[in-house]
Amino acid sequence: MLESLDPVFLARVQFAFTISFHILFPAFTIGLASWLAVLEWRWLRTGKQVYADVYRMWVKIFAVTFGMGVVSGVVLSFQFGTNWSVFSDAGGNVIGPLLGYEVLTAFFLEASFLGVMLFGWNRVSPRLHFAATVIVAAGTLVSAFWILSANSWMQTPAGFRVGAEGLLYPTDWLAVIFNPSFPYRFIHMVTAAYLTTAFTVAGIGAFYLWRGRHAAHARVMLGMAMIMAVFVAPLQLVIGDMHGLNTFEHQPAKVAAMEGLWETTSGAPLLLFGWPDQNAEMTRYAVELPKLSSLILTHDLDGEVRGLKAWPADERPPAAVVFWTFRIMVGLGLLMIATGVAAIVLYFRKRLFDTRWFQYWCMALTPSGFVAVLAGWFVTEVGRQPWIVQGVLRTEDAVSPVVGTSVALSLAAFILVYVFVFGAGSYYILHLIGKGPEDGESAYGAHGMEQPPLVTDVTGKKGGRHV
Amino acid sequence: MFSFEGFLDLALIWYALIGVAILLYVLLDGFDLGVGILFPFAPDDQCRDNMMNSVAPFWDGNETWLVLGGGGMLAAFPLGYAVIMPAFYIPVILMLLGLIFRGVAFEFRFKADPDNRWVWDYSFHFGSLAAAFMQGVILGAFVQGVEVTGRSYAGGAFDWLNAYSLMTGVAVVFGYALLGGTWLVMKTEGQTRDWSRKSASYALIYQAFFLAMVSISMPVMNAGIRDLWFSVPNLFLLLPIPAASVVLLIVIWRDLHAGREYRPFLLSYALFLTGYLGIAISMWPYVVPFEITFRQAAAAPESQSLLLVGTIVLLPMILAYVGYCYYLFRGKVTEQQSSY
Ligand code: HDD
Ligand code: HEM
Ligand code: HEM
Repeated sequence: MLESLDPVFLARVQFAFTISFHILFPAFTIGLASWLAVLEWRWLRTGKQVYADVYRMWVKIFAVTFGMGVVSGVVLSFQFGTNWSVFSDAGGNVIGPLLGYEVLTAFFLEASFLGVMLFGWNRVSPRLHFAATVIVAAGTLVSAFWILSANSWMQTPAGFRVGAEGLLYPTDWLAVIFNPSFPYRFIHMVTAAYLTTAFTVAGIGAFYLWRGRHAAHARVMLGMAMIMAVFVAPLQLVIGDMHGLNTFEHQPAKVAAMEGLWETTSGAPLLLFGWPDQNAEMTRYAVELPKLSSLILTHDLDGEVRGLKAWPADERPPAAVVFWTFRIMVGLGLLMIATGVAAIVLYFRKRLFDTRWFQYWCMALTPSGFVAVLAGWFVTEVGRQPWIVQGVLRTEDAVSPVVGTSVALSLAAFILVYVFVFGAGSYYILHLIGKGPEDGESAYGAHGMEQPPLVTDVTGKKGGRHV
Repeated sequence: MFSFEGFLDLALIWYALIGVAILLYVLLDGFDLGVGILFPFAPDDQCRDNMMNSVAPFWDGNETWLVLGGGGMLAAFPLGYAVIMPAFYIPVILMLLGLIFRGVAFEFRFKADPDNRWVWDYSFHFGSLAAAFMQGVILGAFVQGVEVTGRSYAGGAFDWLNAYSLMTGVAVVFGYALLGGTWLVMKTEGQTRDWSRKSASYALIYQAFFLAMVSISMPVMNAGIRDLWFSVPNLFLLLPIPAASVVLLIVIWRDLHAGREYRPFLLSYALFLTGYLGIAISMWPYVVPFEITFRQAAAAPESQSLLLVGTIVLLPMILAYVGYCYYLFRGKVTEQQSSY
């Protein structure tokens, strides 16, 4: 039975599964690392204990999340070869160096200074410890830079030529790295990561306030998160809009799927809801606002927007997935903006930290960033289908010569292992959240640290604790 | 578009660089994995805490050399990468799963409540064991050659599985156990150190046995390798390699029994180096033995040039700050009261 399974389909499911799991961790650690750097900076500047307490609580969560990000990422770096070897062979010339640079510029940096950040408390000065935090934060951003460049190149390939046997050769590195969709995707993703962290932190801060615990710490969490929501959430709408316009230019079929538009139309409406039906080539139950799509995409009420029927049936992305995941992402983005607005109003009424409904609201939005990030990636990746490199290499032609059984069994193994391991990780994170920050816990550094860290000092001081 | 094609032998440079990355991975993650392999045999929980603490700040950086090996391979020899990964699909996946269990254990073990800690003790042990074993299996299958048609792997899903590759799997497990044991001799004291010293001695005996097995079997199995090693003048040029292994084995043994703490670890590295050199010489000039040479698999010169610039600038920096981290966490992990 297993032999009849389609290796292409299985490889896609496996890739989607492993990377969807992976992205949950970077989405959190990118934002968290930067936030920890800010916290530590505030603490060094003001000397207020509350910042140190909050730092020390979240750095533990960071360590667990980062560990899971690393192990799931190592899996991914091999997936290109195990599941998409034809793509690796054909595209390696172009995409390989980008991934190579990611390792050289980011992964070593993150991995090395993470050790200092977690275990170096008693061995380096506060300044150097702060430097380690900043370096880790910078590493996550550099890592995002390269991997998003690679991914964007697959969406909007540039700076290459097709040679013998279908192999791709670089002709202009700057055009490869800064391909047309890269700037938008990079900024949109980094902002997304910041928002994900902000809403997670906000939800947990709100939880403490609601339970009447750790009030001082919770104010720092909720307050800083809301600053993020106020400024960055609206920004994300603007960036997303620009990103969409860029996609309209370079991947119009994806936009047609996002809009659920089948016929090429002048004055195309904006569909709020509906059900795109791939076989019937139409969107059922559409609720629409007239002409708005044309206005957004072409800045002209009667501008022309190409519908999916403009492409042969085997070059259309599966519209329903793209249509719906796009709405989930944008919907959550709007909720985030609304949260920021509510926060401003409450702040000026001096009720930001003691309004019950707002606490519930923030708690409810705790996972919103993760959901939006996944939804966004599904828009991007499913909307690119049936191409693995847009217009150049089809997904079905890129797959490894591996039998379906192997892929099916390894997929099953990944699912089992991930659910168990990352389930346990999530449990420990919830446990750390349940415990909350420890008041006045002694700070780090050779100055004033009573309990030396895990690895004890060369001078032989005793006693240790983790992180 | 720049390219150093005209005045540098790019393919050769990259062949060497990937070789160095893999060697560094083996040497560095080797001792982490070795610590994991020895983990459950330690006399008590206190020792296990110390063992884990001795590698906790380093394992992530060490594992990154594997990512560099893989990523560098994709960049410099895409064809090689595209053939090898499908060929070793199952062992690679099993290795990755092992690395997952090993990697998360560091964080989870100290977060779990004492009743459940054993789960992560075993996760650390079996994860390390599986990763090491699978790396050995891949090595064993690799040196036997890979079937290729055109630009892709042409063999079956289980071509890698045979008695020989299982043997090399066990060999790598003991080799890493030796690295882990001597690392612990260097980094711990008291009971943990004494126990590590004994473990390292056992591992050394097995290591000697497997080293001999592999050295004898490779030329027996493969005529090309036989000619390479046993023709004159190669025989005399290469003789120092096996001779050095024998000397090293003896010196490590004596050092361990003489109570030396640093030298056994460093000499174990030297021992690994001789073994690695032996294999590397036998595999020359293949990326996919015995089908695709490093010249055939080479990426476009532009691609190799671009990454070479970065490597020349960044690799020394990486080595410097990695070295700094080892320096920072120098000295022994002491017996300590646990306060988890
Ligand atoms: C937008 C950001 C982003 C995206 C789209 C991806 N990653 Fe990632 N990745 C990171 C951001 C990141 C990070 C923030 O840098 C991580 C997360 C936790 C960590 O340790 O670093 C990381 C870790 C990480 C590691 C472990 C690094 C180490 O050993 O320290 C590897 C090998 C990969 N990733 C590989 C990939 C591949 C092959 C991807 C796509 C196919 C991918 N990542 C998507
Ligand atoms: C990190 C967030 C990402 C998520 C959640 C994600 C999600 C997905 C999904 C759902 C698919 C399957 C699409 C389908 O087959 O219908 C896919 C395919 C794929 N993506 Fe991504 N992706 C992400 C990032 C990346 C990056 C950064 C790269 C490369 C640099 C990448 C490369 C690929 C490849 C090679 C495939 C397989 C071929 C295919 O099915 O299109 N992805 N991804
Ligand atoms: C508020 C309105 C938003 C708009 C108009 C918007 C727009 C877009 C568009 C058009 C794409 C697809 C780009 C392409 O593939 O060509 C996209 C992708 C994505 N979105 Fe959004 N977005 C919004 C909010 C958000 C929010 C709040 C998050 C997460 C917190 C988010 C996360 C992502 C991610 C991770 C991707 C995939 C990566 C990428 O292509 O950039 N977006 N977004």
